[in-house]
Amino acid sequence: MLSPADLTEHVASKVPLESASGQKAGRSAFCRAAGLSLAALARLLAGASVRWIASQPDTCQRIYFANHTSHLDALVIWASLPQPVREVTRPVAAKDYWSRGIVRRWLAQEVFDAILIDRTAIKVHQSPVDLMLREAGTTHSLIVFPEGSRSVTGEVDEFKSGLYYLAKKRPDIELIPVHIDNLNRVLPRGEFLPVPMLSCISFGPPLWLERGEAKLDFLARARRAVLSLKE
Amino acid sequence: MNDIRTIALITGVLALLTAVTGVGQFLKRHPDRGLDPAAVRTFNLRIRGWWVLCTVLAAAFWLGTTATVVLFGLVSFWALREFITLTPTRKGDHRALFWVFFAFTPLHYLLVGLNRYDIFSVFLPVYATLFVLARVAFAGDYKRFLERTAKIQAGLVVCVYCLSFAPALLQIPIEGAAGGGRSANFRLLFFLILLVQFADCMQYVWSRMLGRRLVAAHVSSNRTWEGLLGSATSTALLAAALWWAAPPFQPWQAALAGLVVATMGFAGGMTMSAIKRDRGVKDYGTLVVGHGGVLDRIDSICFAAPVFYHITLLVTGARL
Repeated sequence: MLSPADLTEHVASKVPLESASGQKAGRSAFCRAAGLSLAALARLLAGASVRWIASQPDTCQRIYFANHTSHLDALVIWASLPQPVREVTRPVAAKDYWSRGIVRRWLAQEVFDAILIDRTAIKVHQSPVDLMLREAGTTHSLIVFPEGSRSVTGEVDEFKSGLYYLAKKRPDIELIPVHIDNLNRVLPRGEFLPVPMLSCISFGPPLWLERGEAKLDFLARARRAVLSLKE
Repeated sequence: MNDIRTIALITGVLALLTAVTGVGQFLKRHPDRGLDPAAVRTFNLRIRGWWVLCTVLAAAFWLGTTATVVLFGLVSFWALREFITLTPTRKGDHRALFWVFFAFTPLHYLLVGLNRYDIFSVFLPVYATLFVLARVAFAGDYKRFLERTAKIQAGLVVCVYCLSFAPALLQIPIEGAAGGGRSANFRLLFFLILLVQFADCMQYVWSRMLGRRLVAAHVSSNRTWEGLLGSATSTALLAAALWWAAPPFQPWQAALAGLVVATMGFAGGMTMSAIKRDRGVKDYGTLVVGHGGVLDRIDSICFAAPVFYHITLLVTGARL
């Protein structure tokens, strides 16, 4: 016997699944090839060594949250994931940067399948958290930068509350801390030509919002989880 | 005549590598010999690194001079990125570094490939240095100006300029009784690499066996004067014994080259140790497991290559 609640949940989970797979098939072979070569190029250029610390790559639904130091961050994290995981992972990026110019827009839409957030028009009824969760559906993982914008000093700034609301609304999703080291030297703020230094991407063990955990406590704990990967 | 020498050299190296691989595996299977297991592991990793090195070199030689120059160019590029990664730079250095990586390094290797010794011998030490100084000044950040530009320059000279003298050996015209031709040049390059690797090992062995007086305890805890002396002597002897493989040399000239190569290689190791100590790291990277970074592997050859090149020029009397 199915209860009505089961039924609605079943339907709810079914719909985004289909739309997601439809979208994947709709992506042309050219875009996928571009994605593959771009991932290879990003890894080569950023000389990224990837470490999974007490954690394993998995295609289950996850939110990767990282410190934000460079425009390359989302691209390099995305490129550091194994191909099957990359297929289901969508970076969350700033609309003002990624919709400027044909190349960036094409990359964001067709290659990374990014979720673009309009930073200038964040309102209560148009919350970016809802948009992210709607776009993620029940299959996609997300890459987010809870600091909101690139850190100027190279230190990890305080986290904005978005990560807390993501965790609260979808307690079933694993939150994976990611630490990005040295990418700010590859492409610092305000530069457009990269210098091929070596960088390091560390993925940590998943964490969840604890029952009754206060917002600030959770955000501080998440930030510490990112910092602890720095060694 | 020529091919006999090449074949002899290849066979000898393969036999030696197979033998040490056998010894390494034997030591691994018999841990009861009272040897330090960590040392055995390091030994085995080093042997694996040599196999990789020999395979890559063989492939490059087989593909020809251009491929070898490109290969060394890539190694330089990678070593330079390790060097710059571990050196603190400021934002004002960014643009200068971009040109260093993507213009000066490839152009220098292009000049090496074209055998323009007249230009490539000054291109990096003079032109690149002047450019870096000016570009950093134009960027407007004058904090610790000389220190920052010196770091970039040191990286360029050690990782790119010095290393490029190894593939430049392929361009020296060799004639005479020992036989010339392309394979002679490749033997010369291989001779240099072999001597450097041998000197590294001998330094370790002599330091372990007789090492008493450390050269500089704060820089390196295992490089001793005894190691330097032993390594220079053993390398000179090996070089003299292999003189037939290195075309322009008489035995005494080969021995002298071996002595100089071992000493320079030792100096290179000390220098890189000092830089690493200052930065508080042990190895430069993580490319080949157990082998540190690329820079850890090439520090000795970077220091030895230019002087070996010029000794060869002197001996052949070639004018470039």
